Amino acid sequence: MAALARLQERLAELREEYFLVNRSIDEDRRIKYKAAVKIQSWFRGYRVRAYLRHLNEVANVIQKWWRGYRCRKHFRQMVETAYFIMKMNFYNEMAVRIQKRWRGYYVRTYIHNYYALKKYLQAVSVNNAFVRRELEEYTEMKENEEKMKDLEKEEKEKKYQARKMHYLLSTEQIAGIYNSPFRKCPDPMELLLRKSKPLSHRRPQMKSPFAYELYDWPTCKKPPAFVTALPLLPVGRQKPQGPFRDTAEVLCQRYKPLEPTLRVAESINSPPGKAGGEIRREEWRNPMHDNEFLPFSSCHKNDKYEPTLCRSSKYGREAYGTKHFREVYPEKWIADKDFERVLPSIVLFEKFGKTYSKSGPIV
Amino acid sequence: QRARTQFVQAVADLAARPQSIETLQSAGVVSLLRLLLLDVVPSVRQTSALSLGRLADYSMELAEAIVKAGILPQLVYPLPEENRYYKKSAAFVLRAVAKHSPQLAQAIVQCGGLEALVICLEDFDPGVKEGASWAFDYIARHNAELSQAVVDAGAVPLLVLCIQEPEIALKRIAASTLSDISKHSPELAQTVVDAGAIAHLAQMILNPDAKLKRQVLSALSQIAKHSVDLSEMVVEAEIFPVVLTCLKDSDEYVKKNGATLIREIAKHSPELSQLIVNSGGVAAVIDYIGSCKGTVRLPGIMMLGYVAAHSENLSMAVIVSKGIPPLCACLIEEHEDHIKAAAAWALGQIGRHTAEHASRVAEANVLPTLLDIYMDTRSSEDLKMKASIFAKKALKNVLQKCTYLPALEPLLHDAPPSIMKHIIGQFSKVLPHDSKARRLFVTTGGLKKVQEIKAEPGSLLQEYINAINNCYPEEIVR
Repeated sequence: MAALARLQERLAELREEYFLVNRSIDEDRRIKYKAAVKIQSWFRGYRVRAYLRHLNEVANVIQKWWRGYRCRKHFRQMVETAYFIMKMNFYNEMAVRIQKRWRGYYVRTYIHNYYALKKYLQAVSVNNAFVRRELEEYTEMKENEEKMKDLEKEEKEKKYQARKMHYLLSTEQIAGIYNSPFRKCPDPMELLLRKSKPLSHRRPQMKSPFAYELYDWPTCKKPPAFVTALPLLPVGRQKPQGPFRDTAEVLCQRYKPLEPTLRVAESINSPPGKAGGEIRREEWRNPMHDNEFLPFSSCHKNDKYEPTLCRSSKYGREAYGTKHFREVYPEKWIADKDFERVLPSIVLFEKFGKTYSKSGPIV
Repeated sequence: QRARTQFVQAVADLAARPQSIETLQSAGVVSLLRLLLLDVVPSVRQTSALSLGRLADYSMELAEAIVKAGILPQLVYPLPEENRYYKKSAAFVLRAVAKHSPQLAQAIVQCGGLEALVICLEDFDPGVKEGASWAFDYIARHNAELSQAVVDAGAVPLLVLCIQEPEIALKRIAASTLSDISKHSPELAQTVVDAGAIAHLAQMILNPDAKLKRQVLSALSQIAKHSVDLSEMVVEAEIFPVVLTCLKDSDEYVKKNGATLIREIAKHSPELSQLIVNSGGVAAVIDYIGSCKGTVRLPGIMMLGYVAAHSENLSMAVIVSKGIPPLCACLIEEHEDHIKAAAAWALGQIGRHTAEHASRVAEANVLPTLLDIYMDTRSSEDLKMKASIFAKKALKNVLQKCTYLPALEPLLHDAPPSIMKHIIGQFSKVLPHDSKARRLFVTTGGLKKVQEIKAEPGSLLQEYINAINNCYPEEIVR
C-alpha cells in the first residue's frame, strides 16, 4: 500500500514526468528519427549508388563489348564492300577494254569497213571504166555498121546506075564519055560499066518456094504452078453471076500453101536415115498401097467401088453401108419436108461438108 | 450497086485529104455513111468504115458527130462475122474516135466496142491485130477506169501474144498499149506482169528497131515505177547490162526511155540502187548525161539524185564515177528551169551526207553557181521558180557539212543573210581548231568581212561571229 501511496504521490509528478519524458522522448524521437532517416537515407543512397555504379560499369562493359563487336562487324562489311567495289571497277575496266576492242573491230569490219569501202569504190571505178569501154565499142560498132550500110547502099546505087547506062560503054571506034582520049586511064565509072551486066527488062517474078518439097512428095506428078501471094481483091470488082462462093475465099483455100510435116519436108536425098540408095530402092519396090494416092478426088470419080470382104456375101453386097445408113420408115414421117431451123445456125457448123473437096454426100 | 461502091470509094479518097473533109462534113456525109455501113456488099461496108475512120481521125467534132449518130453499135455488132478488111477498118474507126477524149472512149466502151476489139485481136491477120491493139492503146491512154475496162475485157493476154508475133509494127503497138495500160496504177501493172509480159519485153530490148525499143523501155519503166516488188520483177528479167547499151543508142528517145527505166528502178530502195551501181549503170548514165542536151537529160540527172540520196556509200560511188562535173555542166548550160532544179537537187543529195562528200562537191566549184541561181531568181518573188527553191535547199544541205574553207571564202562576199548564217556557222566550227586556216582567214580579208556583218544580238549569227572573234586576239579583231 505504501507503494501505492508513494505512487499516488508521485502520480501527479508522474503524470508530468511521464508527459515530460514522453515529450522529450518525442522530441528526441523526432531528432533521432530524422537522424535515423538521415543515416538510412545516406546508407541507402550509398548502397543504391554503389549498385548503380556497378550497373553502370556493367552496362559500360556490355556496351563496350557490344559496340566493339558491331563496329568490327560493320568494318568487315565495309571492307568487303570496298573490296567488292574495287573488284567490280577492275572488272569494268577490263570489260571496257574488251568492249572497246570488240566494238572497234566490229564496226570497222561490218558496219563501216573503210578499206572494204575503198576497195569497193575502186572496184566500182574499174567496173565503170570497163562498162564505158564496152559501151564505146558498142557505139563504134553501131556507127561502123551504119556507115557500112550507107556505103553499101551507095555502091548498090552506083552499080544500078551503071547497069542502066551500060550503053555508054566505049567501043573500039568511039570512046565513051567516061573514056576520054585525053585522060591517062579511064574513069572508074568506065571500069564499072565494063564490069556490069546490061539491065534487062523486068520479068514477072516466078516464086515457088515450095517447089522442091513438092517434087519430093512421093506421088505428086507435077507441082501446080501457082502464085504464093494471096490474091488481092480489087474493090468494085464484079461478083460473078451464079451460085458461087466468094472468089477470095476460094482462091485462099485453093492456093493455101503447103505446110508439110517435118518428115515430109525433108527431101529424100538429105536425111542420113534413108540416105542409102538401097533403102530408097526398097521403099520404092515395096509400097503398101499399089494405087497411087492422088490429091484431088475428081481423079477418082470414075473408079468403081470395090466392096470389102466383110460386107459382101454370096448374094451380093449388103445394102447397109452403101445404099442406106439407117432404117427409114417413110410411113411414119409426119411431114414431107425436112426440119427447118428456127434459131440462127452456128456459122462454123454451117461450113461443115461444104468445103471444096467433097468427100461424099452429107445431107 | 456499082454506083454505091463508086460513091463510097470517092468519099474514102476525099477523106484522105484534110481540105476536103470540111466540105464533106457540111454535106452531111456522116449519115450517108451510116446507111452504107449496113450495105449488102461487103466491099461497100469496108470502104464506108474506112472513110468513117479517116473522118473521125481528122477532128474531134467529127468524132463526136459519129458517136452521136449511133454508128458505133452498128459498126461493132456484125464484127465477128466480117472479114479482115472490115475488121481492120472498124478497128481504125474505133481508134480514131477514142483518141480525142475520155468521153468518146467511154462511149466506145459502153457500146460494146471492147469485146469486138478482143475478137479482132484473136484474128490471125497481123494487120487486124495491129488495128485492134492500136485502138486499145488509145482507149487505155486516157485514165485508169478505161484501162481497167480494157483489162476486164481480157485484152492483156492477147496483147502479150501479139508481142511475140514477128511483125515489128504489131510488136510496137502492143508494147505501147501495155505501157499505157500499166502506167495508171499498181494493180493494172500487176495484171500486165501476171500475164507474163516482162520476159517478152525484156527479150525485145535487144531488137535493133529504134521505135520498138522506145516503146518497150517505156512499158518496162511504167511497170517498174509503181512499187519495189514490181521493180524487182523487172530487174529479175536480167535487163541489166543490156539496158546500158540502150543508153548509147543513136535515137534520143530510146536513150531517154532507157534512163527513165533505170531511174524508176533506182528510186525505190537502196538495194536496187546498189545493184545498178554494181553493174556499172552509174557510169553509163553519166556518159549519157554528158552526151545529150536538153530535156532528154532529165531522167539521167534524177537517177543520179535518187542513187545518191539512199546512202552515203552510194553517193560516194557516184562521186567516184565522176558524176559531179556533168551535173555542174548541166547547171551552167541549161536554160530550162526544171532541169536546173533537178541538177541542183541531185548535187544537194550527193553533198549532204558527210564532210567528205560536201568537200568534193565544193571542190568542183559548184557552190558559186548554186548561189547565183538562188540569187538570180529571188528577185521575181511571185514566180517562185523551182530552180531557186532547190538551189537553196541544196546549198543549205551542202554547207551544213562543208569544211572545205577555200570554197566557202568566195561565198562570204555575196551571200544573203539566210545563207550567210550557215557559212559563218561552218567557219565558227572549223576555225577554233585549225591555226593555218585562221591565218588564211585573216589574210584573205575574211575576218574584215565578218566584222562588217550586222547581226541582232542573241541570234545564232551573232553567236557564230562571237565564236570566230574569240579565236583571235583582241587587237586583230579591232
